Amino acid sequence: MDYQLNELQQMLQQSVEKYIERDYEFSTRQRLVTSQAGYSEQNWQQFAELGWLGVPFSEEQGGFGGNATELMVLFEAFGKALLLEPYLASVVLGGQLLARVGSESQVQSVLPGLIAGEVKLALAHSEPQSRYQLSRVACEAATAGAGFKISGHKSLVLNGQTADFLLVTARNSGALADESGISLFLVPANTPGVAVRGYRTVDGLQAADVQLDDVALPADALLGELGGAYADIEWVTDQGIAALCAEALGCMEALQQATVEYLQTRKQFDVPIGKFQSLQHAAVDMFMALSQSRSMVYLAANKANAESVERRAALSAAKNFIGRAGRLIGQTAVQLHGGVGVSDELNVSHYFKRLTAINTWFGDDHHHLGQYSDRMLESG
Amino acid sequence: MQLEFSVDEEAFRLEVREFVAEQYPDDIRQKMLAGAAPNKSDYVTWQQILHRKGWIAPRWPTEFGGTGWTPTQCYIFEEEITAASTPRVMPFGLTMLGPVLMAFGSDEQKQQYLPSILDSSTWWCQGYSEPDAGSDLANLKTQAVVDGDHYIVNGSKIWTTYAHYADKMFCLVRTSSDGRKQLGISFLLIDMDDPGVEVVPIITNNGLHVVNQVFLKNVRVPRANLVGEEGAGWTIAKYLLGHERTVIAGVAASKQQMRRLKSIAGQELSEGDPLWHDARFRDRVAETEIDLLALEQTNLRVLCDESAGRGPGPEASLLKIRGTEIQQQITELMAETVGYYGLPYDKTVLMEGWGDLSPVGPDYAAPLLPHYFDWRKSSIYGGSNEIQKNIIAKAVLGLG
Repeated sequence: MDYQLNELQQMLQQSVEKYIERDYEFSTRQRLVTSQAGYSEQNWQQFAELGWLGVPFSEEQGGFGGNATELMVLFEAFGKALLLEPYLASVVLGGQLLARVGSESQVQSVLPGLIAGEVKLALAHSEPQSRYQLSRVACEAATAGAGFKISGHKSLVLNGQTADFLLVTARNSGALADESGISLFLVPANTPGVAVRGYRTVDGLQAADVQLDDVALPADALLGELGGAYADIEWVTDQGIAALCAEALGCMEALQQATVEYLQTRKQFDVPIGKFQSLQHAAVDMFMALSQSRSMVYLAANKANAESVERRAALSAAKNFIGRAGRLIGQTAVQLHGGVGVSDELNVSHYFKRLTAINTWFGDDHHHLGQYSDRMLESG
Repeated sequence: MQLEFSVDEEAFRLEVREFVAEQYPDDIRQKMLAGAAPNKSDYVTWQQILHRKGWIAPRWPTEFGGTGWTPTQCYIFEEEITAASTPRVMPFGLTMLGPVLMAFGSDEQKQQYLPSILDSSTWWCQGYSEPDAGSDLANLKTQAVVDGDHYIVNGSKIWTTYAHYADKMFCLVRTSSDGRKQLGISFLLIDMDDPGVEVVPIITNNGLHVVNQVFLKNVRVPRANLVGEEGAGWTIAKYLLGHERTVIAGVAASKQQMRRLKSIAGQELSEGDPLWHDARFRDRVAETEIDLLALEQTNLRVLCDESAGRGPGPEASLLKIRGTEIQQQITELMAETVGYYGLPYDKTVLMEGWGDLSPVGPDYAAPLLPHYFDWRKSSIYGGSNEIQKNIIAKAVLGLG
């Protein structure tokens, strides 16, 4: 048993941490948030040059040959930086799903551009009424001639407005929440009938609602088997969860460090406030939540490609734990900073907001507790 | 990163499992499964079975009779004997005094005491806490005054687990009142047969007698029974605190209790269905199980650091706090499963199980609430959880 990163993973870690420290200061990040694009295209190009956009893809597909552990390394650093670029949407969700289910020609038509930083993807799966239930797909796909016509409404499509291609799920058969009958389509964002309404989210990132009205697609827009996308949606959701857990870990580390420094330097009643036992114990609660979160992040990365029953249980456990830990650490960090903890100027409130958003993505702690609990019942 | 046990380690697990299945006496097993408290003979019988196999002291070096196992093997061994509901191996000689003697004792002391720790012929108890020295342990007042070749010891120790079984007690005593309190403390080995030693039972909230107050009145202790230098007692006590952290978390025991909890919740009915089908109840079990998983993974990280010779990282310090909180949470859920039938109380059943008697309610119900009451001790003993947090705040976070 071994929890150490191998040599290549350590090199990746050094490279991303160096980059974050040098090029991603908090003030720079805040300028990007308010810029028109909401992130830096120049940064994105640099990610391509550093090889990061190919990290989870096989060498035959032109990638780095990494897996969830390499993504974990990247995302922990992204968390510390409060990174804005659409890595999760484009590489982890869109790219990995395409690479998993696409035919060779489908993959070849998009993936090299993605790895080179020329093309971006987004996953359009959740819908206004679906909440966190992955099988609840109302969006419809009908056969039309040799191809398909899809209609429906997709909500909270992460980085939907910057994507060149949307990976859209739509139902071709079955009832509203059936696992079978869900299909996946590769849709160029400029296809007639696709209307993308982009917006900012509370954490400074971006998402979009996508309206699909009789969008006509050729036969080769179908990714994988007709009606057979559900298991892959579950899989890619778990990849997203593993990455987000690592990102949350980076946020928590930053908050822990900032809070301890504040307790050591802020003076009231003529002493550093870290002398007060009630504040010390609150800081220790943060520390304990952080340390155990790291363990759960390792577990999530390790189980991200296990067989589905084991994978789903481990990822639900991790997402639940990280959700609770992130809430505790976020709230406590704000509380221990006092008034400045709620100011927009300090990075503390931005980590807190990101942790809150991360808890929501792919199902919050309550949802995953239920998932885990129901699975306990099934497994006897 | 490789989070699975190796093939050899899994083979070792099977070897332990088979040994326990063959050698664990059925009468003790039945008693343990009924949730009854083991007595002295149960403990000693099981420990001597392990000793005959050469497995009683997994973490001792082979030169002193240990197994030579890796930290991971020790962990697996601990998991397996716990999963089989065997009585806990008493830590006082094997995991406390033994390592202290190896690190600080004289050759004579090692020769004199280690063999009888291994074969369980001597039962040791621990004399640390005093009525006025709990969390503030360095405030201890039990005095040892030199008189020729002896110390004369006067004072009192409290919360002494199984002092009424013990042949000997290792003890922190005050040999000097000058300077810092910590520097006047020494580590002394006391014979419980001395006429000046009086053991008075303390009955805890489950109605059982496990802990005691020990009164020491003009007890004569040979100076040869001093371990380490005079005044080194505090250093030795701190050395012990750093020992065996991966066992402190109690993960194996909590996993075992979790299996029991699920089994009982599957048998109890609520509104005509198994309680286990009640999502409101099950969600709370799920949350505890996830917490236990996070603790287990953290424990394994510490174990890997230990195996690689890196020494425990800062996360080791949280194991006692979270481990005991989770143990307590499980005892609480467990007591809740049985509803009304948690209330009937019978001390004999707690000690012996139902035996030939026909049980009141389900046979597993009677010990659950007493257990819940009893386990409130775990966040208090071994340095209360609040003291643990003070230590982490200072030593890990640099506060205070």
